[in-house]
Amino acid sequence: MNKSVEDKVAPAWFNEMYDDAGVPRKHYVAYAEWLASKPLDFMLQKQQEADTLYARQGITFAVYGDETGVERSIPFDIIPRILRPGAWKKLSDGCCQRVRALNAFLKDIYHGQEIIKAGIIPEQQVLGNVLFRPEMRGIAVPADVYIHIAGIDLIKVGYDSFYVLEDNLRTPSGVSYMLENRKMMMRLFPDLFSRIPVAPVDHYPDVLLDNLRAVAPRGVSNPTVVMLTPGSYNSAYFEHVFFAQQMGVELVEGLDLFVADNRVHMRTTHGPQRVDVIYRRVDDDFLDPLAFRPDSMLGVPGLFSAYRAGTVTLANAIGTGVADDKSTYIYVPDMVRFYLGEEPILQNVPTYQLGKPDDLKYVLTHLPELVVKEVQGSGGYGMLVGPSSSAAEIEAYRARILANPPMFIAQPTLALSTCPTYVQSGIAPRHVDLRPYVLSGKTVSLVPGGLTRVALREGSLVVNSSQGGGTKDTWVLEE
Amino acid sequence: MLARAANNLYGMSRHIERAENTARMLDVTYRMSLLPYRVLEAGQEWADPWALPLVITGRATAYYERYSDVTPDKMLHFMVLDSTNPSSIYSCIQSARENARTVRGVITSEMYEDLNELWLNMRDTDYPQIESRGVSEFFDWVKLQSHQFRGVTFGTMLRDEGYQFIRLGTFMERADNTARIIDVKYHTLLPSAADVGGAVDYYQWSALLRSVSAFDAYRKVYRDVITPMKVAELLILRDDAPRSLHACMNEIYDILRELCDDSQREAERQAGELHAKLHYGRAPQIFDLGLHEYLMEFLEGIATLTEEISKDFLVPVYPSDVIRALTETQHQNQLLSLSGNH
Repeated sequence: MNKSVEDKVAPAWFNEMYDDAGVPRKHYVAYAEWLASKPLDFMLQKQQEADTLYARQGITFAVYGDETGVERSIPFDIIPRILRPGAWKKLSDGCCQRVRALNAFLKDIYHGQEIIKAGIIPEQQVLGNVLFRPEMRGIAVPADVYIHIAGIDLIKVGYDSFYVLEDNLRTPSGVSYMLENRKMMMRLFPDLFSRIPVAPVDHYPDVLLDNLRAVAPRGVSNPTVVMLTPGSYNSAYFEHVFFAQQMGVELVEGLDLFVADNRVHMRTTHGPQRVDVIYRRVDDDFLDPLAFRPDSMLGVPGLFSAYRAGTVTLANAIGTGVADDKSTYIYVPDMVRFYLGEEPILQNVPTYQLGKPDDLKYVLTHLPELVVKEVQGSGGYGMLVGPSSSAAEIEAYRARILANPPMFIAQPTLALSTCPTYVQSGIAPRHVDLRPYVLSGKTVSLVPGGLTRVALREGSLVVNSSQGGGTKDTWVLEE
Repeated sequence: MLARAANNLYGMSRHIERAENTARMLDVTYRMSLLPYRVLEAGQEWADPWALPLVITGRATAYYERYSDVTPDKMLHFMVLDSTNPSSIYSCIQSARENARTVRGVITSEMYEDLNELWLNMRDTDYPQIESRGVSEFFDWVKLQSHQFRGVTFGTMLRDEGYQFIRLGTFMERADNTARIIDVKYHTLLPSAADVGGAVDYYQWSALLRSVSAFDAYRKVYRDVITPMKVAELLILRDDAPRSLHACMNEIYDILRELCDDSQREAERQAGELHAKLHYGRAPQIFDLGLHEYLMEFLEGIATLTEEISKDFLVPVYPSDVIRALTETQHQNQLLSLSGNH
């Protein structure tokens, strides 16, 4: 690990709205003035209004393992997070670059495997990964696009420095909140949008649909796109409904589809209808009981065979998990150099691989300072945040690591930036991260915005909604 | 549209309509129970007005598994609040909201929000609240919520295929339920033969008319004393009474004629047959056959049509082995949840 990098990310919270002297930063001035003119009562009333509206509209997510009920509203914070046009430009270029490289990586490992031959990534790292799908080898996907939708998790640690925390290349969720949060803000504070030039995000579903139509199987001129959901008990069901509705496509479950003559059809009130592109929110394992998990009730028997025959497009492609795995993450900057011949615009967070004896030794002696994650975990489950864990928790986690070190990675506790947030005691800084969504198909692009997640508990660095995090509207200012 | 989506829309409106009609049925029971007499001789306990909803909905067995005797409290609890009774108002509203949640992208957000709020209110209702509010007031509230949801649907939804399935569900359920409510009178014993046409008889018929919001209509149409023949005519044969069997079949037949394509003519034919019997039927014929027998025959026709609609539109089966196996389980579940409760 590079010492200078470690210093740069040493904890000293960066406040995005105010500088160290408490003066609003330039891109926050207009908002700060507006906020200063509003009494706290006004903000309280707006916060309550937002909470009521979200509950009534049933904008919910589910917390697995929570016995109190399947649905819960995600907390929404009424103070926006604002990004400078310059910062956004760099960030957006960096995310597109990263997705292009990751996409090239997927195409490569399922075909010629040049990156392995070149010795840049160990063969075992790719072929030995459980998320690698040997079934995908040699299959051509339309326009060579594997990652139609990517969610790149970023953290800000200083005025101009973002780090990539992880890539989400399977079925990234949360983008409906980006759109709903904007709608809510425009409803609560219409005057703000006439004062401050906020770049719009509501064309996201159109861009998505456009990209999905662009990757239809060869020879299909007017493709039928559908959205495949695991069903109404899935934690992100609201989002599935939302996008199907926004794009004007059918929201289907596995039972609505069937394969005949190696083509996918949906069962309608007037007989079968061909399906060309499936935006699926079902994991690889559950897509097709004949090809993957035989006990899956969510999938469509024969779907993989149709996919292999090229009669249907899946977005994202099967087998993308091998590229967003936390142990593959460390190689992404090398992928950018290898496939694109460019220097990475966005940096990775320094990462220890516990499969390596030196890293393991270091991590075991520094557990109280580090964040340790499972290589294949997601959603903030099963991670250790050293600084906020008790000695007993750390010891229990140590035992888990020792049982299978290669299953873990560790990172320094990062100085996540903070944004002013409406909390019980008034307005106080809380830690945030950012997940912009990169869309590929026709082109690789982002809408100017993303999902800002905020850790609502004081001092907490865990922003996941499943761990009590909330969301904020994210404003990218127009130049 | 997707068959499953159509199925959920159809199920949603059936459940709401059933909640409304259960409220109506319980309300007429409640009103009849206020009569100043009781027929409770040995061997006739089932004729207690409070036992009627059990007989009519076929829930008697389930009830007696839980309770040994019939009391207004227990009955109301069972038919209104019991989440394990799929016919209870609570369960119907819960199912309707679950259907709506599954297809919330197909209905309007106003419809979903309305139904969601209804469910949240129902979930927070307990028996003491119903008692303090007044039993009839509670039933009025349920009816009003159903009216409101129908109004929101009428006022906001695109007139597409989904809208037709929602209406189809409403009228299929209403046809079934109105027939059952009229049949209440068959099960209601009079204290003695001499009471036929007496005050008690009159009160029972008028309570029945009120339960389907047809008391004023009766006065308007007949300007006469209440007679069984005319009540039957109004609630069965007249197509200008919005809850009559004829009115329901008018709607069902029209909707199916629009929905059916050439491979789906059987549903249309069955609806047409049921419709014709009402359209060309006369009240004396009904009483010759027996009102109860006539209603049972009609309910059988509705049950057969329900199955045909399910098979043709909602849970279609295609020749693929795996799909067939999966579908059969689902099909049975659908039938159970839609028609097996009565």
